Amino acid sequence: MYLTDEQQAVLNGSKGETMAKVMKTLVMYGETFGADKLVPVTSEYNHLVTSFGLKMMKPVFDLMQQLIDAGAVSQQKFSVDPRPLDKNVPANLLQKLIFNKFMYATQESYEKQLQELGLMNEDAFTCACYLDQVGNKPKKGDILSWAESSAVVYANSVLGARCNRNSGIMDIMGSIAGCVPHFGLLTDEGRKATWIVKVETTKKPEAQLLGSAIGMKVMEDVPFVTGMEKWLGTELNDENCAYLKDFGAATASNGAVGLYHIENLTPEAKEQGAGLIAPGAKVYIIDDAELERVQREYPVMWKNPEGAPKLCFIGCPHMSMQQLKDWTVRVEEGLKASGNKKVLVPTVFTTAPAVKKEFEKTEFARRLKDTGVILSYICPLMYMNNPLCKTMNVITSSNKLRTYTTSRYYTEAQILDIITKGGEQK
Amino acid sequence: MMEFKGRIVAPGTVTAEAVVSHGGFNTLASLQGALQFGDKKATCGDQNNPDLHGKVLAGKALCLPMTIGSTTGGLVLYCACAMGRQPACMLFSNPIDSLAAAGSILASVWLEGIQMPVIDSLGEDFLSYVKDGMTVSVREDGTVVVD
Repeated sequence: MYLTDEQQAVLNGSKGETMAKVMKTLVMYGETFGADKLVPVTSEYNHLVTSFGLKMMKPVFDLMQQLIDAGAVSQQKFSVDPRPLDKNVPANLLQKLIFNKFMYATQESYEKQLQELGLMNEDAFTCACYLDQVGNKPKKGDILSWAESSAVVYANSVLGARCNRNSGIMDIMGSIAGCVPHFGLLTDEGRKATWIVKVETTKKPEAQLLGSAIGMKVMEDVPFVTGMEKWLGTELNDENCAYLKDFGAATASNGAVGLYHIENLTPEAKEQGAGLIAPGAKVYIIDDAELERVQREYPVMWKNPEGAPKLCFIGCPHMSMQQLKDWTVRVEEGLKASGNKKVLVPTVFTTAPAVKKEFEKTEFARRLKDTGVILSYICPLMYMNNPLCKTMNVITSSNKLRTYTTSRYYTEAQILDIITKGGEQK
Repeated sequence: MMEFKGRIVAPGTVTAEAVVSHGGFNTLASLQGALQFGDKKATCGDQNNPDLHGKVLAGKALCLPMTIGSTTGGLVLYCACAMGRQPACMLFSNPIDSLAAAGSILASVWLEGIQMPVIDSLGEDFLSYVKDGMTVSVREDGTVVVD
């Protein structure tokens, strides 16, 4: 791999041993994937995946401290994934004890480390950093050193930025050095689609279900999705961006997708059309029956599968402002139709702190509160990341949350039915 | 006995008992519970992986096509290495993915005395042949011998 004189000097120790290790990490990373060079990171901000002060991550905190002590801090300010704790989210005494005294006992000290390393601001804790209210929205063509899988796939696909599916820690290495290896999704060739996904459903497919089906089929490959124009049109409006946010998160978590193209909608698909499809691309057809099959085959991990739901999470990844408003209306209408005043299952909507602040300035905040729904900035995945949740029947419309926890997936319509009408769970 | 030739991602030699995942290995879902709650055997907690769910991973020859899922995967693997709960080696039938590569590289650059040979591109025949419980040896030149 070609290195500039300056990069070679850093590798040789011109900026100290720690910076040499940072550069060595990036060089080894690039060489593993046949990178030809290191290219500058050009985005204004970085985004890190590691927001949680989990005790098991002590080796990571030690590494972060090594970087801080050596002055090897990020050259960019950064946002970071959501906080794992929020006292407003229902938890019993035992859960609170485990969260605060055991699992996330190092949260406060870790957040101090993040500040020293270059955290944007105290509200910069969200997986959806690209939402307007948060302010970390890369431009088309920007080179990123991000890691959060749902943010990477969104930045690549919807914003047209360029970022590999980096791992946590590797994200901050690129930001500290100011460069990342040039391979994979940073290259034109790596952004070609090796799958054509033909959507032939009779109604608009559920974003998180469609994404799950595609992720499990194509795994790490790039899909070119056709047949969505009649459902989404050709403009990246707020509704479509929210849809693609949820769709992409499912492709990335149920598989390992870092980039997708939607015909006549996403930027590169609009510019290049079928020219984005690599020769010999495989074909996957998705119809109603295929989506039903995918949902039917999800394992049910509840200890008591016949039990009633105890908690509902909506917002993994974090909800947009428009989603919060739309869901407020849907819950109100569902309650009105069923004659109920409050949701029948404790329900938490999650969003970015900056979105939450803006939402709370609108009339929708009071209306949502009146339905009994709790609004939080928490990471539901981190909330559920403990053995106590195995005996807790949690429902969600998030296929990412389903994948990593014992929560049970339902479509948005099913969820609405359950929380407002106590509808059929199975 | 069969020999398979792959590419060396992290060098080293080791002999260990195989555990085999035919689907993508979700590093976060597989290891987070074990690392968080003191399971020194690193029992696989991924409910979506019927090949590995409930099986011991620490000290085993982990045979897999690739890793998938959350991009915390690399740091989870890094933490497993730092805590001494990593597989004895990781043997990929496909070219390695960016998350597993990151975990392996971070461990080799930033941790002292960690040895976890990683070989990739062993081919589909490797994953078809190797079964749970078989003895797997990694040689210095990247050859993997399955007994």
